[in-house]
Amino acid sequence: MDHDQQVIIGLEIHCQLKTKTKLFCGCSADFQGAPPNTHCCPICLGLPGAMPRLNKQAVIYALKVAKALNLEVPEYSEFSRKNYFYPDLPKAYQISQYDKPIAEKGYLEIEDDEGHTKIVRITRIHLEEDPGRLVHKTGRDRAGYSLVDYNRSSIPLIEIVTEPDLRSPKEARRFLNKLRSTLEYLEVFDGEREGSIRVDANISIKGHNRVECKNISSYKGVEKALNFEITRQRNLIRRGQYITRETRHFMEGRGITTSSRSKEEENDYRYFPEPDLRPLRVRSWLDDVELPELPDARRDRFMRDYGISVNHARTLTGDLKVANFYEQIAGVDPKLAATWVADILLGELNYRSMKIDQVPPINIGDLIALIRDDAITDKSGVEVMRTMLDHCLNDEDCPMPADIVEETGLAKVKGGEFDAIIASVVEANPQAVSDYLAGKKGALNFLVGQVMKETRGRADPKVLNAQMSTYLDTLEV
Amino acid sequence: MEGGYIFDEKDRHNAFISTLDLALFETNGGPLEGIAVAVKDNISTAGMPTTCASRILEGYVPPYDAHVVTLLRQAGAAIVGKTNMDEFGMGTTTENSAFGPTTNPVDPGRVPGGSSGGSAAAVASGMVDMALGSDTGGSIRCPAAFCGVVGLKPTFGRVSRYGLIAYSNSLEQIGPLGKTVTDVNTLMSVIAGPDARDSTTYDRPYDHTPDPDVKGLRIAVPEEFFGEGVDPAVSAKVQNAIATLEGLGAETIECSIPSMTYALAAYYVTCTSEASSNLARFDGVRYGPEVPAVRSWHDEFKTYRGERFGKEVQRRILLGTFALSAGYYGKYYAKAQVARENVRRDFIRVLKDTDVIAGPTMPSIAFHLGEKSDPLSMYLADILTVPANLAGVPAISVPCGTVDRMPVGLQIIGPHFADEKVMDVAYAFEQEVA
Repeated sequence: MDHDQQVIIGLEIHCQLKTKTKLFCGCSADFQGAPPNTHCCPICLGLPGAMPRLNKQAVIYALKVAKALNLEVPEYSEFSRKNYFYPDLPKAYQISQYDKPIAEKGYLEIEDDEGHTKIVRITRIHLEEDPGRLVHKTGRDRAGYSLVDYNRSSIPLIEIVTEPDLRSPKEARRFLNKLRSTLEYLEVFDGEREGSIRVDANISIKGHNRVECKNISSYKGVEKALNFEITRQRNLIRRGQYITRETRHFMEGRGITTSSRSKEEENDYRYFPEPDLRPLRVRSWLDDVELPELPDARRDRFMRDYGISVNHARTLTGDLKVANFYEQIAGVDPKLAATWVADILLGELNYRSMKIDQVPPINIGDLIALIRDDAITDKSGVEVMRTMLDHCLNDEDCPMPADIVEETGLAKVKGGEFDAIIASVVEANPQAVSDYLAGKKGALNFLVGQVMKETRGRADPKVLNAQMSTYLDTLEV
Repeated sequence: MEGGYIFDEKDRHNAFISTLDLALFETNGGPLEGIAVAVKDNISTAGMPTTCASRILEGYVPPYDAHVVTLLRQAGAAIVGKTNMDEFGMGTTTENSAFGPTTNPVDPGRVPGGSSGGSAAAVASGMVDMALGSDTGGSIRCPAAFCGVVGLKPTFGRVSRYGLIAYSNSLEQIGPLGKTVTDVNTLMSVIAGPDARDSTTYDRPYDHTPDPDVKGLRIAVPEEFFGEGVDPAVSAKVQNAIATLEGLGAETIECSIPSMTYALAAYYVTCTSEASSNLARFDGVRYGPEVPAVRSWHDEFKTYRGERFGKEVQRRILLGTFALSAGYYGKYYAKAQVARENVRRDFIRVLKDTDVIAGPTMPSIAFHLGEKSDPLSMYLADILTVPANLAGVPAISVPCGTVDRMPVGLQIIGPHFADEKVMDVAYAFEQEVA
């Protein structure tokens, strides 16, 4: 890459913590699917006179993340008010943290584009409350209007800020994936919850001004937004134009960023310490924070205990649920299970937009046992898996692989059945046989293919190849 | 079981914003059973309008009780009405009210002081036995002094602020007003104590019987409390009062609190900054009557706030917004916090070697209505009361005679959590001159 075109990326990631109750009141944080404004009280509605009361669990969760990402927890931190007007913000300020965050200076290891280990420095982590949510309505018979839902108001968030250490959109994506899996291993975050992660990305080309892209709410979106920005910025530079230091808005649907704030709308947040909360002195709490096995450690253990490749181990441990799933069936045959889960099952699930917890591990374990025991071919194995997943997808009982094999006759072709099929194929294709006998070895593949077609993949290709050449060689003699 | 309480509703001094014809109270043998208590209209009462004397809260009825109101109800008090005040507590006269000024029961041509003027006037005129006020920079002690009643600003964190509509969170406390120290002591014992919903409260309940023995008590008398701007006639009355305490066996020590020079500035920067944030939520979306739609939401709430906030409130929101702005924060808000810390340290230093500080509550007697039309001269009147708020220490005002037939207040300030001590000294004085 042209050194002058070096891309510099830093991320600010907001993640919802999955506490039972909100950050500053006792309302249930489990509001997904609830009717609007039903998870509210005077505190999260910001009614005059109501005061925040800090959720201890949220602090512990933030400390867990801090410890996992190797951050330091200062002796003393505090909450501040971030003041701005917006209808989804009932107090007209967000209780956040400013110059005294709960944790500072850490790092997360990822792999760079060349596959080398790379350290991405974390500047800080701070705790804050989520605002409510605006729902914009437009009607044919009336002007557009907006509705406010405060169910989300005061859901705990952590904001994780990185140093500008990322060098490509792919690397940013890998960082986010790693962060997500780490947070899920910590059991403080549910990445599947809608809106549970929101990203602001700072991006610049070395030597030029930095642009902030806001409003990215998906993992894919981050890569898209960054790719768009790099192209836009490089084009400007090529044309000798100046890159304005600005905030741009990512339009998820169109995959582009647009300049979003005019000068007069620019916010001066007027931060000052929140007088209704006491300073946090929680460094000593760290001693009681216990970390579970994290993705890297689990990856290494998988390689050690199950003898699987680094790529398989990484794929399997990248998602807590996948890793747990794998461990439940690894006993059948660790390497075979790794191949079947990492290389096949995940792709089939993704194709069907299914989650791994929709499939009972025992079914996949049995399938792997059938393959291990040579009862079916790999090709039939894939077919059985697809049949099984299609049933699961339709909310039916997930059928056992052995039953599917029986029902569809996918059992591997063996012994006498094999000989008969080979004989019939040879008889039906005299031209190919004579080509083979005349020395055209390519004709063997054609004949093998015919047998595969006849058996719908139930024949083991290796066995078939050997048997077919033996059979033809007999003819030759 | 519930009983009825007939409330004398002839409100000649415009002390109330809303009243209940028949206040309901529980006959439960509580310490306030059947006692008529007025509550300042910035303290939330479920089902009863709470306006902060502002048009911006027109029609707002809180769905919940402030912690102190819950405690009043549990103690059997009859909450008879909500008292008039300076809008959102911003004022020293109770003239800045959307409901018109309250007048001083001693002389209706004068102000009752503020911002808890309605509560003081309701007590002074005998309409109620006791009242709750709130004190951000003197708002309980000033009207107590001007109306000739007793008023206590408790130690910060001793009384829950949950439900008090915030003006300046870090400075204000809810506190009791009454005709006598005993009444104030009784009400304090009901409202004080920890509350899980106010993280700034301490586990320090108040259970005290005032003790009039002041023998050996060391009273610090700071020169700044008798300096420039303090009416000599008021100074003389307060010096007499201190002499009375000396006569009872107390000892006086002259001292200086140099940081008082910055107290007023530190106070006004802090309270206006916090107010600008606290009052931002009144944007026309959730409170007050529906706003006719204009071009944009920004225009809508600009108009709404311009029309519904009073002039003084707008002035303080602008001041506070400015003080917190990028580029000015270090110059104003941050500096004010340094000055505030100096005041706190000065008080702690003086009160390490002495038991209490004594001086006038207000530098003058009650002003005539309309007399303080210039905001700056009004702010100057708070010079003797704001230091206790900046330092977070308890302070009480007890009547100590009159000047031109108007009451003068003796202010007793104690160290943190010495609310009992300032009560004792006020009680000793009150008993002696009774």
